[in-house]
Amino acid sequence: MIALRTLCPLLVVAGLALIPAFTSANTTLNFLVFALIVALSAQGWNILAGYGGQFSFGHAAFFGLGAYGTALAQARFGINPWVAFAAGIGLAALAGTVIGYLSFRAGLRGSYFTLVTLAFAEVFRILFNAASFTGGAAGVLVKLDVRPENFQFASRSVFYWVVLGIVALVLLLTMRLERSRFGAWLIAIRENEAAAKALGVDVLMVKLQAIALSAAITGAAGGLYVQYFLYLDANIGFGPWISVETLMAAIIGGAGTALGPVLGALALHGLGQLTKGIAGGTPGIDLVLFGALLILAVAFMRDGIIGRLRRLLVWGRR
Amino acid sequence: MLSPDIILAAVLNGLMNGAIYALIALGLTLVYGVLHIINFAHGATLTAAMFVVFIAFTVFGIDPFVMIPAMALGFFGVGYALQRFVVGPAAQGSDNNVLLITLGLSIMIENGLLAVFHSDTRSIDVPYGFSSFDLGFTFLSVPKVAGFGVSLAVALVLWVILIRTDTGKAIRAVARERMGAELAGIDVEHIFAVTFGLGAATVAIAACLLMPTFYVSPRIGNAFVLVAFTIVVLGGMGSIPGAVTGALIVGIIESVSGLFLDESLGQLGIFILFILVLLLRPTGLFGART
Repeated sequence: MIALRTLCPLLVVAGLALIPAFTSANTTLNFLVFALIVALSAQGWNILAGYGGQFSFGHAAFFGLGAYGTALAQARFGINPWVAFAAGIGLAALAGTVIGYLSFRAGLRGSYFTLVTLAFAEVFRILFNAASFTGGAAGVLVKLDVRPENFQFASRSVFYWVVLGIVALVLLLTMRLERSRFGAWLIAIRENEAAAKALGVDVLMVKLQAIALSAAITGAAGGLYVQYFLYLDANIGFGPWISVETLMAAIIGGAGTALGPVLGALALHGLGQLTKGIAGGTPGIDLVLFGALLILAVAFMRDGIIGRLRRLLVWGRR
Repeated sequence: MLSPDIILAAVLNGLMNGAIYALIALGLTLVYGVLHIINFAHGATLTAAMFVVFIAFTVFGIDPFVMIPAMALGFFGVGYALQRFVVGPAAQGSDNNVLLITLGLSIMIENGLLAVFHSDTRSIDVPYGFSSFDLGFTFLSVPKVAGFGVSLAVALVLWVILIRTDTGKAIRAVARERMGAELAGIDVEHIFAVTFGLGAATVAIAACLLMPTFYVSPRIGNAFVLVAFTIVVLGGMGSIPGAVTGALIVGIIESVSGLFLDESLGQLGIFILFILVLLLRPTGLFGART
């Protein structure tokens, strides 16, 4: 029999994959693509913070670099978009490693690490908003040229499946990580860094690998964003809101669980859409709800939605 | 070429902005020193306070400077209640949870204000808004000089509260050794809430001082609070003299670099300073080695 922990992710991914078969409405697909991009970004955050306990408030830095890397490699150097996407991911991973090396080596932990990530994201935002190479405040456009080899598809469904495929891949990777030696080291660092070190875990190395992987995944989310919307400016790519939404999706879904960020992103965006529908044109109402949800999730739902579901299932079987 | 007069004027101006930054940073550093957490709702609290001052002036015609005692008391109560009944119980003793809860609070406050007031910027028109002292080589705005004086006075009062009163002693005891303070009979939860309340009171006063010369919009608090983070880190997290000195230094740096740098890059200097201090000397100029 397949274990529940394998079955659940499989069902979620299969269910999501079937949606375009039932609806081809642009609004629905736009909504789903964006929700999945946030899910991917949150999956990245989850590796570093959920499993490793290093709370970044500045993952927008990696999202933005992934997005700008993808966009600029095409727009400035005429590189093939698929290769540009890979370059964007590489750039984000590199930045993650450098930021990680600087801050972890300086011994920054807890609140200090949180603050320094926030500051790096802001520095990138200001620099990319000012430099002419990045298009400055006017932003950068990706040329519309709909061909699969250009990473642009005539059908939104196809793009949706590509994003879903990447999300599923990262889901698989995270589940493997949970059971790997590296994952065990990472969790040990989260639970007690000093003890992990005393037991021979190479703390700096593990943290560096975690932030590089985390940044790469969130960078991929940025690359997908720009490939879908074909436009980017610094306030989108490096905006504080990206950092916040990323961590919120992971926390509400369940930080430190493989499926949590995906469920969190879908729940958050579904709810946001719903409140926008009810409250109409009042700006910010959906975000007030997000803030309240974040507090409630922290206060009452350890391990988020996943934790709730898990306890329900275990309780039901007894 | 820039004459010394212009630079001196920039320094004076920077000192006056720095004094208000100091007030905002004091609340952050106090909460950090005692609770060992960063209050991410600090900026949103400032914004909310600025809106209260704005409404008091436009609807009831009350001068911002007159509002200071009422604002300080009122926001002390709000801060006390928030920590005692929301942040404290919800965090269940985890520092990372406090970060998330105060972040959630700040999102709620900021967007609640956005829903009510929309994103327009608003300012008030006090009769003395443009009056100034003539120093010969430059003019000093009267409300800014008053703000400078009040800021330093508040910092002094806070210092005296911490050093001379029993509550202040208890706050310092909890900051130093939580468990020991608890064993000595100090109600730690109460002290945490008092500290949070003091932090809210200082930003409420800062709001009164800012409104005569500045504008308010639902996201304005963020700009100030990022500067305040820099100051707190520069001065050493938890250190009050550090926060005041750091704030004056940052105020001057910002004002003087504004003469040389492009406007859009003005804040960059502050963030780079912030990152450098964090990486090279995370305990700041005055912070104790942890």
